Amino acid sequence: MRRLQWYLITAIITVAVMFIISLAGFEPFGLIETGLLAMTPLALAAVGECLNEQAGTVNVGMEGIFLITAVLGVYWAEIFDSGLYGLLLGAATGGLIGLVFGIACVHGKANQVIAGMGLNIMALGLGPYLLMSIWAFPGIHIFPRQLMLQPVRFMIGEVYFSISAVTIVAIVVAVLAYLLLHRTLLGIRIRAAGENPIAVDVAGINVGHVRILMCVIGGALAGLGGAFMPLAWFGGVVKEISAGRGFIALAAVVFAGLDPLLALAAAFIFGFSEGVAFTVVVSPGVKEIIPFYFVQMAPYFVTLLILVAAIGGKKFPRALGKPYVRE
Amino acid sequence: MGTRTSNRLAAFIRPITESAVAVAIGLIVGAFLMLAFGYDPIRAYAAMFAGAFGSTSGILESLAFATPLMATAVTFAVGVRASLFNIGAEGQMYIGALAATVVGGTILMPAGVHPIVATIVAMCCGALWALPAALLKTWRGVHEVVSTIMLNWIAFWFVTFLIRTYFAEPGRAERAIPAVATARYPVIGGTLTAMIFVVVIFCIAVTILLWRTGIGFELRLVGDNPEAAKYAGASSSRAILTSFVVGGLAAGLAGASQVLGRPPSWTIYATLGNLLNLGFDGIGVALIGMNHPIGGIFAAIFYGGLAHGGRFMEYNVGVASELVDAINGIIVIALSMPEVIRIIRRRRES
Repeated sequence: MRRLQWYLITAIITVAVMFIISLAGFEPFGLIETGLLAMTPLALAAVGECLNEQAGTVNVGMEGIFLITAVLGVYWAEIFDSGLYGLLLGAATGGLIGLVFGIACVHGKANQVIAGMGLNIMALGLGPYLLMSIWAFPGIHIFPRQLMLQPVRFMIGEVYFSISAVTIVAIVVAVLAYLLLHRTLLGIRIRAAGENPIAVDVAGINVGHVRILMCVIGGALAGLGGAFMPLAWFGGVVKEISAGRGFIALAAVVFAGLDPLLALAAAFIFGFSEGVAFTVVVSPGVKEIIPFYFVQMAPYFVTLLILVAAIGGKKFPRALGKPYVRE
Repeated sequence: MGTRTSNRLAAFIRPITESAVAVAIGLIVGAFLMLAFGYDPIRAYAAMFAGAFGSTSGILESLAFATPLMATAVTFAVGVRASLFNIGAEGQMYIGALAATVVGGTILMPAGVHPIVATIVAMCCGALWALPAALLKTWRGVHEVVSTIMLNWIAFWFVTFLIRTYFAEPGRAERAIPAVATARYPVIGGTLTAMIFVVVIFCIAVTILLWRTGIGFELRLVGDNPEAAKYAGASSSRAILTSFVVGGLAAGLAGASQVLGRPPSWTIYATLGNLLNLGFDGIGVALIGMNHPIGGIFAAIFYGGLAHGGRFMEYNVGVASELVDAINGIIVIALSMPEVIRIIRRRRES
């Protein structure tokens, strides 16, 4: 019910904004295209984090995973001379980071928020270090154009509409994650690992294995999102490429109360607001009045506002963030 | 009496050895990262430590690097003491630096008063920027990790906007108006100024606040045991608010230290290059310093040495100095697993 309500709100806001924007003389489908591009990494990471948190581990290090996999995704793409390989190996890199994080949380009994922040801080240094060590150039790398993944294009009415295949993957993944959680035996085990790990243990299932598996999946999805940014969206990688998106994804997860389908809607709202902001800012008549800097702030403001408006009444797993210790 | 002293000594030394083990893990992983790209880690670390602590000028520079980190470490440490993850030092520090630039660069005041006024205004502005996160936490339960990060980015663009438009130095687009001579702290040597004493005194003041006053007791009680705090009649909202405000003051001070107490620029660069990551580095420093303001002073000196020495690593061996941040992150990850560190330590002792 809640989900339907938020889908309606999202749809109404989107249509209203598109209407206002088209009155001002913009191409409304262009907005959706940019919005979907901005949504994709957020949605992938948010859905991964939903699975992660349902099983009882919080990973606040998605910002770091974004940054590392964005750089390494481009690196793999150049080595194998294929954007697709870059994307897939970026996801694999993310999964590997998730694996290390999961082992640290389960077997190292780490304080998860501190470990996640450590991952973010490490990435702040590792990103520029890799840029320097691989391409010997500080802070930025533009890769050959042919490595860019081409979007799928089709006609709606008389206008072309292009959407990245990864965006479609993100939407499918959100639906699959929902089905996994609520329609399968593994889903029951995942949710039980977050809600009542003792029961899972008594049933003879290893709580640690379930949690680590979810950390790997969460990391891989975030990694796919990280590699997506340079390879299918920006066409280059800079050391600030993640720009708080890992935390915006986290906000989407909190907003959604760990529901992957709602997280998708939240990711769309955040992505769309970024798309609108960037479309509006470059237009004549607006760019003279509203300084560029304020538009840069827009996604973060929207995130704060939505968190303020929507928090409360949500139930998070009882064992969330707590290492499971057998007594 | 003798055993009591030795117990207290052991209780004092144990966390220090834990931090030392974590630092060692960080440096070892850092060495592997260097090997992965064909650098020589031994030469790099030798250059780093010789550059940082091998000469008087090196030590002065390392202390200059340490000064803002002591303050941003307090921000995180005071948060953790109230069981909060206040990672907003970064944004609060930008705002503090902006306030210090405005007061120090555009207002005329007598020499003795000017730096004090500018510092206090900067600290208050830092605290002001921390308030939204505190209020969102107490009012709507918004998690501080998300809200402080959003505020960091808003602060980044807000400060960038102001220093590039209204407070840019005429003729020098790469930086904001520098603090005037009357607003500057006296230079001790190199780029180290008397600001370090202000920051150290601030750290001591926060220690007294936390361990010697009722407000501090309430803050730590709420952090250690929220249930007991509730029954004891402690107000968790007040504790959260106190923690954020003290943290904001500290971060504002860190920002001021880069403007009023850091030659040769005495201002903010248009890219915010001389501020970036000081807040995040403070998280690692706070954790290495066992979330204690005094521990943070020593951890900051160590980390300041890494940050300054990292430049020598880059000149002499070609290793990008950003590796230092990566090492800091690895140290934080290691410190998040106290049990693992304890196991490593026991093995080495036995």
